[in-house]
Amino acid sequence: MSTLLETDGEALLAALRGLLAAKGLATPAEVAERIAITERATPAQGARIVAKAWTDPGFRARLLADGTATVEGLGIPLRGAPPLGVLENTPELHHLVVCTLCSCYPRAVLGYPPFWYKSAGYRARAVRDPRGLIAEWGTVLPETTRIRVVDSTADYRWMVLPLRPAGTDGWTEEQLAALVREGDMVGVTVPATG
Amino acid sequence: MTEQPPRAHHDMGGIAKYACEPVDIEPHTLTDFDKEVDALRQVLGLKGIMTVDELRRGIEAIPEDEYHRLSYYRRWIRSITDTLLRKGLVTEAELQAALEQR
Amino acid sequence: MDLAPGTAVRVHDDWPESRGPCHIRTPHYVRGRRGRIVRRLGAFPNPEDLAFARPAATRALYHVVFNETELWPDGRAGDDLLVELYEHWLDPA
Repeated sequence: MSTLLETDGEALLAALRGLLAAKGLATPAEVAERIAITERATPAQGARIVAKAWTDPGFRARLLADGTATVEGLGIPLRGAPPLGVLENTPELHHLVVCTLCSCYPRAVLGYPPFWYKSAGYRARAVRDPRGLIAEWGTVLPETTRIRVVDSTADYRWMVLPLRPAGTDGWTEEQLAALVREGDMVGVTVPATG
Repeated sequence: MTEQPPRAHHDMGGIAKYACEPVDIEPHTLTDFDKEVDALRQVLGLKGIMTVDELRRGIEAIPEDEYHRLSYYRRWIRSITDTLLRKGLVTEAELQAALEQR
Repeated sequence: MDLAPGTAVRVHDDWPESRGPCHIRTPHYVRGRRGRIVRRLGAFPNPEDLAFARPAATRALYHVVFNETELWPDGRAGDDLLVELYEHWLDPA
């Protein structure tokens, strides 16, 4: 392995930037375009999907059956992204997503993975002590709720459809979307009112 | 205790070493460096120059102590560089010269 | 081989890491363990080859569920774990 790889990352990036542009392999304009596209995906976009699933049973069924096509139907581009799967929380079953091998995350929908999702502690603990792990967020599930940990190891990306909180009957999609946080769609937290 | 299996260092699920490691749940903002590396990998992927699997292979090839010392996107740029060198798309001489020009 | 939902499977107790450079998407903690097919997710080029830019044959990918008690001595009964595994790591149990 080349000792050049031990060069600091900032210097490697600066060197590659020029070389790749000169070779036509990656131009600054192409890189800037991908940054702009990536920044369009945010947890707020995921929250909009969740709120729609909470209020539209047909959409919910389609989302759970085929996440990729259903999300694209909302105008969210998944070009170049892996297929999206959506897993539904119920009072009996709670999902918690992790990638123990690296950091697979439904980026096309939720944006960049959060720092904690990529950390060694999160990756190591989620599969073995999920209840202890989510307690770090103050999340405590009822004793009767089973946890299903989802280790995202391969070609899909997984997003959690959280349980709609009680006391939200009649709320609009916008009001509901405002309740949903990033962690709710990974399973470390659950949405709540107030 | 059963014998420790010969797992790879990136294969972290359930390992006891981190059983008591607290998780930093605070939000962290990505730097311009982070975003550029992330986007560069996407461009190379969309053009069929390198797969995400090659990115991962290169990250997993980083020795364990360095893997844990490097930030997330410093692992990425190292893997991207490694892959481009392996494929001959960038040569060591070209990279050396570009690094010296700075 | 087509594994129907509900089929009991056992993951190969194989450790390619001990034989040389490789890229494996089967986490260490499910190897040799017994689980159950939940669904077939599709078929994808084998990442073990893609990682080295080798020609990659398409492999079926399954969602497989394991009881936490099958995976860990301190696993909690009732909780389980769902993971994506390629067909060439699975045998009917």
